[in-house]
Amino acid sequence: MAKSPHLTRNEFVKTMLAVLGTVMGVVVGLPAVGYLVGPFLKVSSSDVWVPLGPLENYPVGTPPTLFSFTRTKVNGWERTTNSYGCYVYRETAAHTIVFSNVCTHLACRVKWEQADQMYHCPCHDAEFGPKGQIIQGPQTRPMDRYENKVENGTLMIHFTKG
Amino acid sequence: MTTKVIDWLDERLGLQGIYSTVLDRKVPKVNWWFTLGSASLFLFAMQVLTGIFLTVYYVPSPDHAYDSIQFIMNGVPFGWLMRGIHHWGASLMVIFVFAHMLRTFFYGAYKYPRELTWLTGAVLLLATVGMGFTGYLLPWNQRAYWATTVGTQIAGKVPIIGPYITQVMRGGSDLSAVTLARFFSIHIWFLPAVIGAMIGVHMYLIIRLGIAGVPGKED
Repeated sequence: MAKSPHLTRNEFVKTMLAVLGTVMGVVVGLPAVGYLVGPFLKVSSSDVWVPLGPLENYPVGTPPTLFSFTRTKVNGWERTTNSYGCYVYRETAAHTIVFSNVCTHLACRVKWEQADQMYHCPCHDAEFGPKGQIIQGPQTRPMDRYENKVENGTLMIHFTKG
Repeated sequence: MTTKVIDWLDERLGLQGIYSTVLDRKVPKVNWWFTLGSASLFLFAMQVLTGIFLTVYYVPSPDHAYDSIQFIMNGVPFGWLMRGIHHWGASLMVIFVFAHMLRTFFYGAYKYPRELTWLTGAVLLLATVGMGFTGYLLPWNQRAYWATTVGTQIAGKVPIIGPYITQVMRGGSDLSAVTLARFFSIHIWFLPAVIGAMIGVHMYLIIRLGIAGVPGKED
């Protein structure tokens, strides 16, 4: 039998199966990838000013004061409330420093020791001075600070953690 | 190049043999009712795939089951599609498997030598219904809760051992977190394993024995 220039029925079915199969694979496959990665492509970060109460609560000359606050984060179907702490140090009437209490070494929580006039980390004995400077220990950088401002007499810190 | 790769693989895997055994079988002249088995198989494959994807976000606990499904529907791209296919595919599968059983029955295709194909098919039908029953509870909404309350209560009407059946199904005297967890486990592990194994036997028998045609006047 001479070869016909047209597709045979067999070839037609095979070609159509391949084409339709590819189309269906893409139509199903792309949503499947979106389903797995989609919700987590946008960077979720919180960028808020957290009030720490009136500035008068932190008079000059008092030791650094621990202020604790919580932030609620939605993870999918669940809400998680994390607590954070910061030390407020009123250096002068016009200048306030707010430190994160997270140790810059390995993220334990530091504590102000009034007797020793320093922040001490219980995990690896990192020690920081009143201005957050390194005294001694394994840490490689001074304590992290929150940007702060005073609005209508209220001290506020810029909270940008994700 | 492609032919070379295929030939290389074929020589080692025997693909051509599998292809001709599975797909180039001689079949009698049949009608559209004979496509119900393949349709059921396709639907099962879809249920497996979408089901696997749903477990990425679904949590079988009373605290989170409902919320996690809300998240799938509203927070995940194409989550509505995954759940939609699983939801409607489940109903379709029960209908198709049942219709497949009716076709086999009315054409007398269960007779010698295909008794075992019929028996494995019966197990598959029951397992499919079991999948529907266990899956129905998982959304943990009012309808799911009360449907399972009623369903397990019905099982309790069996003489003498009924109350024990209800208790075992529920994992206690009432519907609870335990019920949800065991229904989930049965839905994603026990029954799929049974269905997978039974499909294996069912398909082997179909390939080995071939399918029965439409019965004629003299049959």
